[in-house]
Amino acid sequence: MTITQSRLSAFTRDYGVYAALVLLALSNVLVTRDFLTVETLREQVILLVPVLIVALGMALVIGTGGVDLSVGAVMALSAAVLPLSLDYGVVPAVMAGVLTGVLTGMLSGSLVAFLKVQPIVATLAVLVVGRGIALVIADGETPGTGLGVDVPTLVLVAVALIVVVSVLAGQTTFGRQLVAIGGNRTAARYSGLPVNRVLLTSYVLCGSFAAVAGMFTRLTTSDPSRTGELIGLSAITAVVAGGTPLSGGRIRVLGTVAGAVLIQLVTATLLENGAPASVAQMVQAVIIIAAVVVQRGTR
Amino acid sequence: MRARRLAAFAQRHGALLMVMVLLTFGGAQVTGFLTGENLGAMAVRASFLAIVALGLTFVIVSGGIDLSIGAVYSLCGVLAAYSSRWGSAAALAVPVAVGLAFGLVQGWLIGKLRLASFIVTAGGLLFAHGLVLFITAEGQETFTVPKGSTFLELGHGAVPVVVTIVLYLLGGVLLQRTPFGLRLFAIGSSEDASRLMGLPVAGTKIAVYAVSGLLAGLTGALSTAQAGTGVTTIGLGVELAAIAAVVLGGTVLAGGSGAVSGTLAGVVLLGLVHGLLTHTRDLSTSMHALVSGTTLLVVLVVQALLSRARNTD
Repeated sequence: MTITQSRLSAFTRDYGVYAALVLLALSNVLVTRDFLTVETLREQVILLVPVLIVALGMALVIGTGGVDLSVGAVMALSAAVLPLSLDYGVVPAVMAGVLTGVLTGMLSGSLVAFLKVQPIVATLAVLVVGRGIALVIADGETPGTGLGVDVPTLVLVAVALIVVVSVLAGQTTFGRQLVAIGGNRTAARYSGLPVNRVLLTSYVLCGSFAAVAGMFTRLTTSDPSRTGELIGLSAITAVVAGGTPLSGGRIRVLGTVAGAVLIQLVTATLLENGAPASVAQMVQAVIIIAAVVVQRGTR
Repeated sequence: MRARRLAAFAQRHGALLMVMVLLTFGGAQVTGFLTGENLGAMAVRASFLAIVALGLTFVIVSGGIDLSIGAVYSLCGVLAAYSSRWGSAAALAVPVAVGLAFGLVQGWLIGKLRLASFIVTAGGLLFAHGLVLFITAEGQETFTVPKGSTFLELGHGAVPVVVTIVLYLLGGVLLQRTPFGLRLFAIGSSEDASRLMGLPVAGTKIAVYAVSGLLAGLTGALSTAQAGTGVTTIGLGVELAAIAAVVLGGTVLAGGSGAVSGTLAGVVLLGLVHGLLTHTRDLSTSMHALVSGTTLLVVLVVQALLSRARNTD
């Protein structure tokens, strides 16, 4: 590879997501009708925020070199638990919802940290169990409508979480330890870092974020367990497209945000221009693979 | 030393032991459970899961995972019903070919481009499911196999069970008695070492995912032959049950060890648990999901503890 080529691929890896985002947004302004209306933006924010929140938690886990496949099930679980406790008021209900994420995160985190189970395997098992519980809880119940918060609150929560994760990943000891573990778990252990504690914390954070996202999602009536299945995959794609490699050792929070916006924008562009949902789904599958190919071999 | 042997034995034959216990218990305690009719129906139901789990066993032994099998199964079931208008041969050939093509593409991405198997096959899942929705006009349309088509014979009576048994015999020979099988164990144990030894890692991986896709396609065709229609939701989510069956059968999810006989025992065990649960009380399908999930989680923890016991002994 010549120097120009390797510079080009490094540029694509780090800033490709922003370039793609700007291009897509510009072409939308020109082509799609009613693109810059308040109504369209509101609808997009409602769809974007859950993916974004899940992606922020996912970025932390991927930074450790792991992955959390259970986020979809955790979203379904917190969405199923929410209506049960809403009678006691909003605050206890939200706490109960977040608690489901903390518990499932602790379960995955313990499997990964203490029992040394591969992250994919551990979180897959938690996915199956979580979905089972969500199904049992939601069985025969009328599906909830989530918290039903308004758009400004959604944006506020999203921005707050972006700031929290940025500071956490970039400015704190925890963030540094997390990235070090992702870079080389054995070396991190030998240099005396609290590997197990950091791993556990990152999975608990990811679970809690997913639980929060679950409470913002409107459940589909037909099958509550499928809530968030797509969102989990979108979140992983957002993280990877944003420049965080699946092998860990690096976290790009702003890239993750751009990645989430990009995915939402692609789907929206297709749907607004008359493509059926099935086509949008296939396109997203291609984007996932493309994102991983671009990030291939990064460290 | 003894503890280590005991651990290895439990890992290898735990599922079979559980099957025997459940059969004895079920036969003695539950009336009408050990009848030929009931067992036969359970065998037919289990055969579809068994075939996808066979392909998954190869993938997992090689150190990978295939999350797309459920969606490919579903896609190929619909394709079988769709293409039955062109005759019985097409109804079988089209889904099998499409399943194979899915496996080949995913295998190429995983083997040649060295992408992580879970993300590639998750993308495959999404694509296959999108394709199902596209073909069926966003899930609105259902295709039916014409009455009297010879294709329906494939799903008649015990045919799926016979197909399953034949495939497992072939699969057992392939994994335990051929150079290909040996390569799978080597690659699953250490991909880097296999590469350094000059084994064709990429080619073997492509073949593994091709087999998995092909078997998922075949399962779709068989289930449509049995049902007579291509149901879009059939097969979706089967990958999770298949993973549970493979793990129950003693195959380690980290790769490098396992046996197809164990997977068969795992499938039978899951089928028996579900059968007993539905036979004794009226349990909802959501309870089934919870039961297989919890079983999977328990087995995983036990496996992790066992492998620890073996390593520290």
